[in-house]
Amino acid sequence: MISIKELRRNFGSIVAVDGVSFNVEKGEVLGFLGPNGAGKSTLMKMLACFLKPDSGTATICGYDILENPVEVRKSIGYLAENVPLYNEMTVGDFLNFVCDARNIKNKDRKQSLDRIVPMCSIESVYHQTIETLSKGYKRRVGLAQTLIHDPEVLILDEPTDGLDPNQKHEVRELIDNMSKDKCIIVSTHILEEVEAVCSRAIIISKGEILVDSTPEKLKEDYKCSLDEIFRKITSTKAA
Amino acid sequence: MNSFCTVFKRELKSYFTTPVAYVFLVVFLFFSGYLTFKQGFFEIRQADMQTFFMNMPLLFVFMVPATSMRLWSEERRIGSIELLLTLPITVTQAVLGKFFAAWLFLIIALALTFPMVITVSFLGNPDIGLIITGYLGSVLMVGGFLAVGCFFSAVSKNQVISFVLSVVVCAILVYAGLPSTLNYLSTFLPAGLVSAIGDISLKSHFESLQKGVIEFKDISYFILLITGWVAACSFILDERKTS
Repeated sequence: MISIKELRRNFGSIVAVDGVSFNVEKGEVLGFLGPNGAGKSTLMKMLACFLKPDSGTATICGYDILENPVEVRKSIGYLAENVPLYNEMTVGDFLNFVCDARNIKNKDRKQSLDRIVPMCSIESVYHQTIETLSKGYKRRVGLAQTLIHDPEVLILDEPTDGLDPNQKHEVRELIDNMSKDKCIIVSTHILEEVEAVCSRAIIISKGEILVDSTPEKLKEDYKCSLDEIFRKITSTKAA
Repeated sequence: MNSFCTVFKRELKSYFTTPVAYVFLVVFLFFSGYLTFKQGFFEIRQADMQTFFMNMPLLFVFMVPATSMRLWSEERRIGSIELLLTLPITVTQAVLGKFFAAWLFLIIALALTFPMVITVSFLGNPDIGLIITGYLGSVLMVGGFLAVGCFFSAVSKNQVISFVLSVVVCAILVYAGLPSTLNYLSTFLPAGLVSAIGDISLKSHFESLQKGVIEFKDISYFILLITGWVAACSFILDERKTS
């Protein structure tokens, strides 16, 4: 469902993503790992058609990110790193705005809202202004925005960052429940999360893919915990 | 069209959910009335709105950048631009949606000066045609300033910088056309260039509308001014949205 071909992007003299290619199929949950500044977010921004690649391209659900960015955006749900939201709006207004933008109307809208609001447990803050919410709630509103149109492809940039252990668990369960019929890319620093939800893991550093494997296979090959594997792989690259 | 309406609706609503709209309206309405009466509305002993429209350029040079500065700077500063432009909305739709929402807001502000119309109608028999073209000129001028402000708001993440740059450019657009400026310029510039500067300035185009003359060249001047700056805004935003 996602096919990335030689995607490359520089920021001035810094190479953020350096000719990355891989495919992700339906039913897969891809854990995207790497140290800070490895190029994870840049790659995800390019997939969400926010950033243009310098060269290379990708197709999502059959649409090319360069030729058909609007169709791509229709078929994906994207949660950006710091969960930007319109702070002066109430949660309800905000979700209705997203429905407007995604052209979800009347009955469909009611159904979508009835499904998503309990799913992300935001009933209690539905009429509250977003700026008054705690970080955990803001992230859930962000997730609701991502999932409202029930997209086939999900791109989540550090979805559990800054959440407490209970909330982390909830988000992981949410991802787990959806994994069967969607194609999901999750970036994270938390390696236990990869073990818990991901069926595949890619480790990147300095814009290049170092490892593309499954969490189980990685553990078998290196015979140690994912934490140690991560350190071994990324520090040899850095050195 | 749907995406345009979505952005338009959200933007217009956001003026009224924050104190921005109310502060703006109160200050604008106060000064538009104050300046009119201060500058001899009664002394002229004429039931028209000339003194009212005369002050509009000066007022809007400051007021319009104050509304436009947040349009894109704010989105870029808090990062919500990433949310907006990863929804199925193109940059052009977003720019136009925001521009027209802000324009409608300013038109509402102008419409709220209706007590002036009532006042002159009460005092005498004003020429309604003149009042209508005066308002038309003000609406077009506001659109021009807003397009300039929209562009500078996309240029910088810092609202103060956007504000200052827009005020400077709007002020140049107005004051380049003042007779005193043109006289001074004619002392060292060739006559053709001086009259070109006079034509580029908004002043003469606004004034001829204010006098009740609707000419193609004035209307097309404003349309060009608005389209040019709005197009530049959407171009620069596409380039700089991620920086």
